[in-house]
Amino acid sequence: MSSGSTAAFRHLLNEIGSVDQVGIEERVAKYTTRSIKKAAKVQGLKLAVSMVDLTTLEGKDTPGKVASLCQKALAPHDGLDCPQVAAVCVYPAMVKHARRALGEDTAVRIASVATAFPSGQAPLRTRLAEVKAAVADGADEIDMVINRGAFLAGEFQEMQDEIAAVVQACGAATLKVILEVSELETYDNIRAASFLAMRVIRPGDFIKTSTGKTSLNATLGNNQVMIEAIRDFYLETGTPIAMKPAGGIRTAKQALQFLIAVKETLGDAWLNNTRYRFGASSLLNDLLRQLEKEKTGAYQAPYYFSRAAESY
Amino acid sequence: MPDRLDVLKTYKLFINGAFPRSESGRSMPLCAGKRVMAHLCKASRKDLRDAVEAARAAADKWAAATAYNRGQILYRMAEMMEGKRRELSEAVACVPAPASKSRRRAVSPEDEVTRSIDRLICFAGWADKYAQVLGCNNPVSGPFYNFTITEPTGVVAVITPDAPPLLGLITLLAPVLSAGNTAVVLAGGPNPIPAAVLGEVCATSDVPAGVVNILTCDRAELLKFVSGHRDIDAVHGANLSAPDATILREGVAENIKRVTIRADVNFIDADCDSARWIEPFVEMKTVWHPASV
Repeated sequence: MSSGSTAAFRHLLNEIGSVDQVGIEERVAKYTTRSIKKAAKVQGLKLAVSMVDLTTLEGKDTPGKVASLCQKALAPHDGLDCPQVAAVCVYPAMVKHARRALGEDTAVRIASVATAFPSGQAPLRTRLAEVKAAVADGADEIDMVINRGAFLAGEFQEMQDEIAAVVQACGAATLKVILEVSELETYDNIRAASFLAMRVIRPGDFIKTSTGKTSLNATLGNNQVMIEAIRDFYLETGTPIAMKPAGGIRTAKQALQFLIAVKETLGDAWLNNTRYRFGASSLLNDLLRQLEKEKTGAYQAPYYFSRAAESY
Repeated sequence: MPDRLDVLKTYKLFINGAFPRSESGRSMPLCAGKRVMAHLCKASRKDLRDAVEAARAAADKWAAATAYNRGQILYRMAEMMEGKRRELSEAVACVPAPASKSRRRAVSPEDEVTRSIDRLICFAGWADKYAQVLGCNNPVSGPFYNFTITEPTGVVAVITPDAPPLLGLITLLAPVLSAGNTAVVLAGGPNPIPAAVLGEVCATSDVPAGVVNILTCDRAELLKFVSGHRDIDAVHGANLSAPDATILREGVAENIKRVTIRADVNFIDADCDSARWIEPFVEMKTVWHPASV
C-alpha cells in the first residue's frame, strides 16, 4: 500500500477495529470439529440447497447450457424432497436465455455478474451500462466487483462512489458486492473493504467474497472476517447486510461448516437465502448426493446425478 | 549396548497413497492363540467411503494408462515384494495357519511369498495380453467389420480370504489391477498384517495414489456397506463363508454390481494364473464398423 493511503487506512481501521488473524483462524478451525448428524444434517443440507446460487461463468457458456442449468435449479433431483436453489448466476449476455428458461413467475432468481466481471477494469460508464442492460433483460440480482485498484491505492471515496453509482443503476435489483478477497491480501483489508461497501449499499444487499476466477476463493477464514464485519455493522447501525461466499466450496461438508459459522456468528436470522448464499456450481450435486445417502442409507455414485452440473 | 526398547511398527490403513489411521480411531488386537501379536487399525465405513472416493478419482487415469505401462508397474510391485521378502514372510508367519481340513499341501511362509511374487509377475505379463485373449473379431453376415474389445469395469472391492493371507490377497488383487481397475481391499480374517505390509509395497512402486487402497478391518462389519455402496462396480472374493457371501449377493440385488465369489479355490493351483481370473472385471464392448464391400 502506498504511503499516501496509509493515513486514510489507519484512520478507517481505528474506527472499525482491526482483525486478530490468529484468533480468526483458531475460531474457524473449531467449526470443522462440529458433529452434525442425521436429522440435523438433513436439515442443514436442505438449507444449503436452498441457498445455492447455481453458477456458470465461462466463456464457453451457450443458451442451451444455461437452459439446462435453469432446469437443474428448478428441479434439483428426481425423487428427493428438496427445495429449489435460490438463484442461477450467469453472464449478462445469458440473462435473457435464463429468463426464457425459468419463466416469469418463478421463485428461482436470476443473478448476473456485471461491471466488467471479473477484473472490473472498464470505464465506469461501460460498467453502469452493463448493469442496466442486465436488469433490463430480467436480472433480479446484480453481482458487481469493486475497484480493487482504487481500494489498494487508498482511494476509498472513489471506490464507494462507484458502488453507489451501481446501486443507482440496479434499481429494484438486489446488489452483491464482490470484494475479491484474494486480491486484498490481508484480513484487515477485507474488513475495511467490507465496511466501506456496507456503508453505501442498501439493507438486504450482499457482500460477496470472490469472483471464483482467482486461485484463492472463499475460505472459512475470509468468510468469518466478513460475517463478523456484518455483525458489527448490524449492531452499530441496525442495518442487516447479507453474505455470499463464492468459489471453492465444493462439498456438502464444507457447506455445513460455513452454515455453522453463520449460525454461531450471526444467528438464526441469517440462516435463510435472503441473508446467506453459496456461489457454487459443483456443490449442488454433492449436497444432493449426501441427501440421497441420508435417505437410502447407501453411499451414492456421482453418476446418478445429472452430470452437466459438473461442467457448469 | 544396554537393553534396547523394541521399535514396533504401527500398521495403518493405506488410502489414496497415504497411511492414515482409521478416522474412527479404532484398533483391533491380532492374536495368535492367546498372545497378542500386534494392534491393527480397524477400518470403519467412513474409511471405506474415503477409499472408494480415492479409487474412483484414480480410476480414469489408471484405465487410460497403456497396458504396457500397467504391466511395468505391477512388475515393479513384484520387485518391491522381493526386497521385502523377509518382512512379508514374517508377517505371514505371525499367525500360524489354521489346521487345514482338506488334504491340501501346507505352504511355508517363505514359499507363500515366493508364490505371491510369481503370481504378481504373471498378471504383470497378462496386462498387455489379456485383451487379445478375451477380445475377438466376430464373423457377421453383412458389410461390417465387427469386433469386441475389453474395458475395465471400474472400482472393484477385493475381499480377502482367511488364508493364505498374502497369496490369497495377491491372487484376487492382481487380475483386477492388470485389467485397469482400481481396488479397495478389505483385509479381514485372522491375519491382515501381510495386507498392511503390501500397502508399503504399493507406496514405493509407482502405483498411482488411489489405485490400490487397503483397509484392515472386521470383514463382517463392512460387507454390507460394500454391497450397498453405489460407487463400487464389482466385488471379488474367494473362499468366503456362506453368511458373508449371502450378505454380498443380497446387498447388490438393489444396485446390480458384479459379484464374483469363488468357492474352494486352491491358491497354489496354476489355474489361478489364467486370464479367466481377469474376465469378470472387464466390460465387453462390441463395435460395428462399416466395411467397404
